[in-house]
Order: sequence, then C-alpha cells, then structure tokens
Amino acid sequence: MARISRQRPSRPKVAATVAVAIVAILLPFAMNAFQLTTAVFVVIAAIGALGLGVLTGYAGQISLGHAFFLAIGAYTAAVLGGNDHLSAAIWLPAAGLVAALCGALVGPAALRLRGLYLAIVTIGLVFIGQHVWFNVAAISGGPGGRSFPAVAFGSFDFSVGNQLTIGGLVIDHNGLYYYLALIILALAMLYVWNLSRSRPGRAMQAVREREIAASVMGVNLARTKVSAFAISSFLAGISGALYASFLSFVTPDQWSLLLSVQYVAAIIVGGIGTVWGPVLGSIVIFALPPVLQSLVPQTASGGVPIDDITSIVYGLLIIVFFVFEPGGVVGLARRLQRVWEGARARQEPMHKHDGEEPSQRQEQSMEERVPTWAK
Amino acid sequence: MSQFLQLLFQGFSLGCIYALVALGFTVIYRASKVINFAQGSLLLVGAYLVSVLATGLNLPFALAVVVAIALLAAGGVLFQTLVLRRVLGQPVFTLVMITIGLSIVIDSAVPAIFGPNARILGDPWGASAVHLGGVTLNWVRIWAIVCTVVILLGFFAFDRFSRYGLAMRATAVDEEAAMAVGVPVARVYAIAWAIAGGVAAVGGLFLAGFPSAPNPTLGDVALRAFPAIILGGLDSPLGAVVGGIAIGIVEVLTSGYAPGWLGTNFSDVAPYIVMILVLLIRPYGLFGARPVERV
Repeated sequence: MARISRQRPSRPKVAATVAVAIVAILLPFAMNAFQLTTAVFVVIAAIGALGLGVLTGYAGQISLGHAFFLAIGAYTAAVLGGNDHLSAAIWLPAAGLVAALCGALVGPAALRLRGLYLAIVTIGLVFIGQHVWFNVAAISGGPGGRSFPAVAFGSFDFSVGNQLTIGGLVIDHNGLYYYLALIILALAMLYVWNLSRSRPGRAMQAVREREIAASVMGVNLARTKVSAFAISSFLAGISGALYASFLSFVTPDQWSLLLSVQYVAAIIVGGIGTVWGPVLGSIVIFALPPVLQSLVPQTASGGVPIDDITSIVYGLLIIVFFVFEPGGVVGLARRLQRVWEGARARQEPMHKHDGEEPSQRQEQSMEERVPTWAK
Repeated sequence: MSQFLQLLFQGFSLGCIYALVALGFTVIYRASKVINFAQGSLLLVGAYLVSVLATGLNLPFALAVVVAIALLAAGGVLFQTLVLRRVLGQPVFTLVMITIGLSIVIDSAVPAIFGPNARILGDPWGASAVHLGGVTLNWVRIWAIVCTVVILLGFFAFDRFSRYGLAMRATAVDEEAAMAVGVPVARVYAIAWAIAGGVAAVGGLFLAGFPSAPNPTLGDVALRAFPAIILGGLDSPLGAVVGGIAIGIVEVLTSGYAPGWLGTNFSDVAPYIVMILVLLIRPYGLFGARPVERV
C-alpha cells in the first residue's frame, strides 16, 4: 500500500531534485551524439511513462493500450504539422488533446472491466489501432510509413543540421529536442506530483486501493477513471508526437504491443505509484537496449545478429532484476535508504531520543491528526 | 455452401489450436493469477523442438512429438521452480514482468540459434488432404482437431477426477485456505506450468503445420488467443475451449467474407472486436467467475 502523502517535501528531497535537474540540464554537454540521441528518446519516453504512471500507478487501471495513444498523438502531429503545415505550438498541444479525448472515450470501458480484463481489452485497442494505421494511408502513409514534421516555432525549426547558439553555447538538433522534451517532462512531473496530493489524485489512489470502498466514501468512479485515462493519454499523445517528430519517419508497425509492454515495464521497473518511478524506469527500459548494443563488440557475436544478443541480455536482466528486487528501482532506493539510516542510527548515541525530540515528534503528529477541514 | 463449409472446417481446426493456447493461459492464471506472456514463446519453442527432434535427430515423428511435450513440460516446471517460486507472494505485476522477460529471451534466442528463416517441421502429413464433396480436409488440420479433443478430454478428466486436479481447483478458489488444509501449492504451480508447457508443444506443432512452418514469428499467434481466453473467462478452462473455437471460426469466416472496405487483414482484428462486444455485455467473459468483492 503506497503512502498518500500531503506533507511538503523534506529538505533533502528538494536538494536531490535540484541536483538531478542540474545534472539533466548539463548532461548534453558531456555526451556524444549517440548518447544524446538515446537521452532524447529516454526523456520523450519518460513523458509517456509518466502518463501511464497516472493511470496504472495512481488509479490502478492496468492498460496495455499506451502504444495506441502514442500513435494518436503522433498522427495528430503528422496531420496538423505535416499535412497542414501548422506550428508546433499548435500541433504539440493538439496531439495531447486529441489523445486525451480518445482516452476519455475509452475510459468508460474501465467502469465495467476490472484488472486483467481491462488490460486485454486495451491490447485490443493496439491491434484495432494498427489495423487502422495500416489501412488509412491518408493519415499514416499506409504500411510503408510516413514522415513526420520537425518541431518548428515560427521560422525556426528543429530539423537535423539546425542549431541554436546562445552566448558561446551551441545546441544542435539533438540538444534542441532534448531540452524541449526535458521542459515538458519537468512540467508534467510537477503536474503529476501536485495531482497526486490533490483531491482528484487521492480519489484515484482510493480507487486503486479498494474500488468499492472508494465509491462508498463518495468518490465518483466514472469521473475518476475517465479523467485518469484522459490525463494518461494526454501525456502519451505529447510523447508520441515528439517521438515521431524526433524519429522523423515512422511505420505503423512501430505502434505495437511491444511498445505498450515497454511502457508498462518502465513503470513497474521504476516503481508503481510514484512520480520518479516512471522516469527512472524509462531510463532503464529505453536506454538499456542501445547501451547494451554499443557495449557488445560487433565482432564478438559470431554471426548472430547483435539485436538478438541485446534482447536476450535485456530479457535476462528483467527477470533477474524482478527476482531480486520485486519493488523496482524505487524499492531498491528505499532499501538502500533503510540500510543507510540503519547504519546511521547504530552510530548515533542511544540517549538522543530521551532529549527534546519526543515532544517535538508528538507535536508533529498532533499536527498531522488535525483533519484538513478543521484547519 | 462448400466455401462456407471449407472455412468452417479451417476455422474449427484453427480454433482448436487457439483452445490449446488458451488452455495454457487459463491453467496458469487459475493457479497463480498471472497471465503468462511467455505462452506464445512456449509455442515457438514447441514447434522448433519438434522440428529439431524430427529433422535434426531423425527421430520418428510421433516420438519427436512425445519427447518435445516432455521437454517443454519439464522446462515449464524448471522455470517455475528456479525463478517464479522465488517471487511467490509478490505483486502480480512482478510476476507478469518476469514472464515478459522470459518471452523476450526466448523470442530472440530462437532466431539467434536457428537463424531468421523458416525450418522444415518434419511432419508426415505435409499438404496431403482428403476431399469430401467440394471441401478439402488437410490431414494436419484433422490431426490438430483429433489431438486437441484427446488432450482436452484428458485435461478435464485430470481436473475433475484426480487428486491434483482437485488440488488445482482448490488453489484456484483460495490459495491460502488450500495451503491451510495441506494442499501442496508449490507443486500445484509446478503442475500448472508443466501442463502449459505440454499443451504449448502440441499447439506449436500444429501451428507450424501446413501451410505454415516453424519460423521466429510463430509465437505472435498467442496474442490472438487473448480474445479467446477473455471471451471464455480467464479462469475457466471450458471457457478457454469455447472461446478458442469461437475465435478461430470468427477469424477464418471474416477472412473469407469481410468486404474490402474494412481494409486488408481485417480478420486479424475481428476477434478483438468480438471480444470487446462480448465484454461490454458480460464483463467477466462467458464462463468467468464474477469475484465476490469484500470491502
């Protein structure tokens, strides 16, 4: 059972967040082109994973249909930006909104279906979506795929070869996508963090823990589930649009069940029901294959395709990881934190707890016991 | 009319294979509440095992099949004991991810070992067929139906009358209560994986029969068995059979009769559309148990 927190973040947490942000901002200057490309994919994927984190992590609705909503976002971008040549300031939000609308339409299905039944119906969404993408060439270019517009604001666009010079710093094509995605990710994380502590967010978590109990206590199940689907799909749509735009050419078979599975894997690896979980999970799931691929020497494979070797190692790592750390990366972090705190507690003298601390502690807990409506 | 009968026969034999795949899913789901995403990969291994034993080691075909069934059942038990038993009691998510990891490993290990091209299955039937009126009955499809019926009868007899069948049903109803009265739950899980492995070998073998052949994408068919298990209800073996046959017939009939404006390969998605329609009316499938909810 995840804790529903309504406290302000502690000072070490703020410090850690600032540190991560600084590292994320400086990262492109320490990376080569290959590493930066991987980083762009990871950050873009993290936006989508964050969305799935809302739906599955907070609201407890298992969806394997994320690839469908990513595709909706991507093709909205393609139609508005590619066919109609509109600015990214229009097609990027539109990608999110159209996907959110589709999500809201699927949401009611979650009112009738529970757990794995819902998961498999959402698999159906992926297949029906792929059928449409393969057959409606006006949107998707048919089986051969289509090109997607580069992000463009006014006359400046992010296509390959373009760069932005601020002072002495040169930000190239990859860097531009990286920072755009990073800004969107940061805003999305802030939004999800606030959501998780707000009334609708707590309603979602109540639904996740015990649906009937939540509805008895006055949580509107329909509104909660539909909005969880809409928020999740909105972020998926943005992520899909950015992904297709960065790739610049996508065939319909890329919006496959495997893509959905990768997103589910990302949030599970990262840790369900947290803001950081999907982001950490995306790093593991989406950066590991290219990194593994670059590590395996081309000559050592003995004629076996490198892709296969990478996938085998990837699959084995997933199995080993979950056998030894079923709680995901966040679970691993918590375990390390406990070990560290345990070590610190053993070092500190015992009489510390006899001093002023207990009264302070009690005050704090009294403070916590005051219901929100009484403040 | 003869076209309809032809499609019905093909649909029924495809449905039998789906029923076997779906039975594999259901048995594991009933035991441990996990959808085994590696079931398709087990089919793939089954087809390749038969092919290697029959054409590589030149075993008689029937013996190759029996050995493949035994090996894959043993493989299932091994995976359950070595890996899944360690995470017993962890969230379902964790278990599902482990099966996804297994499917990733198998799906890439098979082409890594055997190459990307299709192999020869080594079955004695090939494209041979009997002709009844205007309907062509391929021997491999007839055998698929016969074997499925035998296996299903065997399974239901086991489930209904044997000690371990009873233990499996007890574990499915309430794992903790079953444990408390002395049901060897760990062994029940192992048996579930053995059955899933065994039926996957047979399913994979017939899936790779004419007009197909053992190739690395064979396991994708398991994805089309998802509608079957959902249609029947996740926890019902009978539902798996009915759902599997229904989905097979729907798929083949739509491939024969779907109008062109529905797009190419509409038959691939038709099972999903049927599944969604059925679920909107019966959210726990046709035979699934509606769980009692306690608040």
